[in-house]
Amino acid sequence: MKLIIKNARVIDSKSKIDDVLDILIEGKKIAKIDKNIKDNDADVFDARNLVASAGFVDLHVHLREPGFEYKETILSGSRAATAGGFTTVCCMPNTNPVIDNQGVVEFIISASKKAGLINVLPIGAITKGSQGVELSEMSDLKDVGVVAVSDDGKPLSNAAIMRRALEYAGMLKLPVIAHSEDTDLSAGGVMHEGYMSTKLGLKGITRVAETSMVSRDIELARYTGSHLHIAHVSCRESVHLIRDAKKNGVNVSAECTPHHFSLTVESLVTYDPNTKVNPPLRDIDDVKAICEGLKDGTIDCIATDHAPHAESEKDVEFDAAPFGMIGLETALALGISNLVEKGILTLTQLMDKMSYNPSKIININKGYIAVGADADITVFDPKQKWEVTEGDFYSKSKNSPFLGNTLKGRVILTICGGKKVFSI
Amino acid sequence: MKVWTKKDLVGLEVLNKDEIEMILETATSFKEISTRQVKKVPTLRGKTIVLFFFEPSTRTRSSFDLAAKRLSADTLSISTSTSAIKKGETVKDTMKNIEAMQVDAIIIRHSASGIAQTLSNCMGSSIINAGDGCHEHPTQGLLDMFTIKEKKGKIKGLNISIIGDITHSRVARSNIWGLKKLGAHVTVCGPRTLIPRDIEKMGVNVTTSLPQALKNADVVNILRIQMERQKAGLFPSLREYAMRYGVSKEKLEKYAKDDVLIMHPGPMNRGIEITPDVADGSFSVILDQVTNGIAVRMAVLYLVCQSHTEDAEQEL
Repeated sequence: MKLIIKNARVIDSKSKIDDVLDILIEGKKIAKIDKNIKDNDADVFDARNLVASAGFVDLHVHLREPGFEYKETILSGSRAATAGGFTTVCCMPNTNPVIDNQGVVEFIISASKKAGLINVLPIGAITKGSQGVELSEMSDLKDVGVVAVSDDGKPLSNAAIMRRALEYAGMLKLPVIAHSEDTDLSAGGVMHEGYMSTKLGLKGITRVAETSMVSRDIELARYTGSHLHIAHVSCRESVHLIRDAKKNGVNVSAECTPHHFSLTVESLVTYDPNTKVNPPLRDIDDVKAICEGLKDGTIDCIATDHAPHAESEKDVEFDAAPFGMIGLETALALGISNLVEKGILTLTQLMDKMSYNPSKIININKGYIAVGADADITVFDPKQKWEVTEGDFYSKSKNSPFLGNTLKGRVILTICGGKKVFSI
Repeated sequence: MKVWTKKDLVGLEVLNKDEIEMILETATSFKEISTRQVKKVPTLRGKTIVLFFFEPSTRTRSSFDLAAKRLSADTLSISTSTSAIKKGETVKDTMKNIEAMQVDAIIIRHSASGIAQTLSNCMGSSIINAGDGCHEHPTQGLLDMFTIKEKKGKIKGLNISIIGDITHSRVARSNIWGLKKLGAHVTVCGPRTLIPRDIEKMGVNVTTSLPQALKNADVVNILRIQMERQKAGLFPSLREYAMRYGVSKEKLEKYAKDDVLIMHPGPMNRGIEITPDVADGSFSVILDQVTNGIAVRMAVLYLVCQSHTEDAEQEL
């Protein structure tokens, strides 16, 4: 099968292309990129006034399967990904059973093949059962396709285990993705600690719960030389710590979520459980620092931390609701509305953060548009405005604080491995 | 003439000065009813008011119950031990079911901050917050203000100190919002570990020194210290707390004004945050607070139920 994407503004981070071009896709690969490609056998997609980018890569997604299929499945999560323009997602290991052995990895990969939509790359647990005691069999996990290891959702309090994890994973060239949270400091907390938590009478989570662990793990990365990736940066001071560490040559990379650059703690004023997320939404100063970090490269990429929860779990008292919000379908629009429109990033830089940079972090040969590259391509309208409604979510869960918001930038067509997997 | 328009009473933060004054004025006119031989007026005859208490309470619950009965409303009292919550039903579902029985107002106490606001948005009945987590306890704030006004003749310009566990106190928050709106100067005082982050942004002075808080205070409102806070590591011992923050006659005589007013929302831990000679002494208006609680709650019930009726009439 052949397809020509005609007259798209092609933006590519690797080759620095930003030009109106045609892309010819043959089979699973990109065959040609040029002006006025003619091929009578090919289908043509008219992409005038639209942007074509390498398919987005999300390093931080909770697909919930196996174990929590009522929240999300590999199929429903993959659909949500395609609607958001993502062609590769990395799924976090806090499933049941945990992704700590080859069997679970193989199950996820086979289920994603069956879904036949996008590339699902599992992230392994750092420790067996994510119990924080014994290292998981990372070499075994890598052999069947794990691209990183993480303690997401169950932060490692034991620094000695974190050190060994960095050493062992470093040997295997697997990045260690750290969910930086001192769970003693954050215990019982449900939101950012500050004026709003005082006003609302909810227990706060101090920034120090994050920054102390970012600091600890940077020191361990400095000492071991291994690749540390800091997940969902939420605090100003974390941005400063990562910036300094990078300046000093520490092998550290970082991601932030669309909600942490789009929303502040003020969003909690109505006690909407959809605003309850971990790490919590913080102050305007933190949002500004995250934006600066994105701009100067301190924060390498944007990852959604897509965390589906069923309505029955979320529609309860704020204290009782689980942490997390979905994010795949709204990520691009939030990036355009809150970063590009506000002059923080150029559209090209946004594409760097959503495709090329995350691919580099997990060492996969994706995230760019070139002849011979995988035909993972997202076509979007950077100017289209849309109101977020439940109907826009392909995820099984609808827990988004952006429901009812009008955002700019909409995915029109998603192609993964040469196949149309989403179109509007 | 001022008109009450709010369906609910969620907190004092969301009320304006006029609305607070209107409740206090209405309460003044209701106070006399409780001193009559026949303590009942027909104002809310035919209204059904549900008291839904998910946390133990004696004072607030009896006070609301009597307030409703003295206005001739029918009341139904439900507590956690008898409710469907034990069977796993969500608060929202329970409330929707109660509402389906055609009730006019629901008085709710619950340990989750924000529950009253959440319910007020999704229910047609009036929701009256009788204490939600660490958020607000508006009728306590109102009865404290009513008592201060009654004893001091005004609120504006008074120095009011709130002593104790500010972090976990819904009473403190409702007092702060209400008193600030009526022009008082509010100081909060307690150990640093029991003062919540950035509270000065609510417009209060903060001190960790009890003598400092007592000096120049016209009113001292002493909060109950929960024993479990000590176990949670928030202060070293009840002994040290009593020595440093316990209000005694000796300390009052040494630091406070001669005409200082002592208040406590109850229940008291005698000998810890307040000594018996203060609780029962001449400065104390603690039992007046309880008496006034009924008048204030009658006023609140009357106003929100009335707003309801007017809405319905307008719709017709």
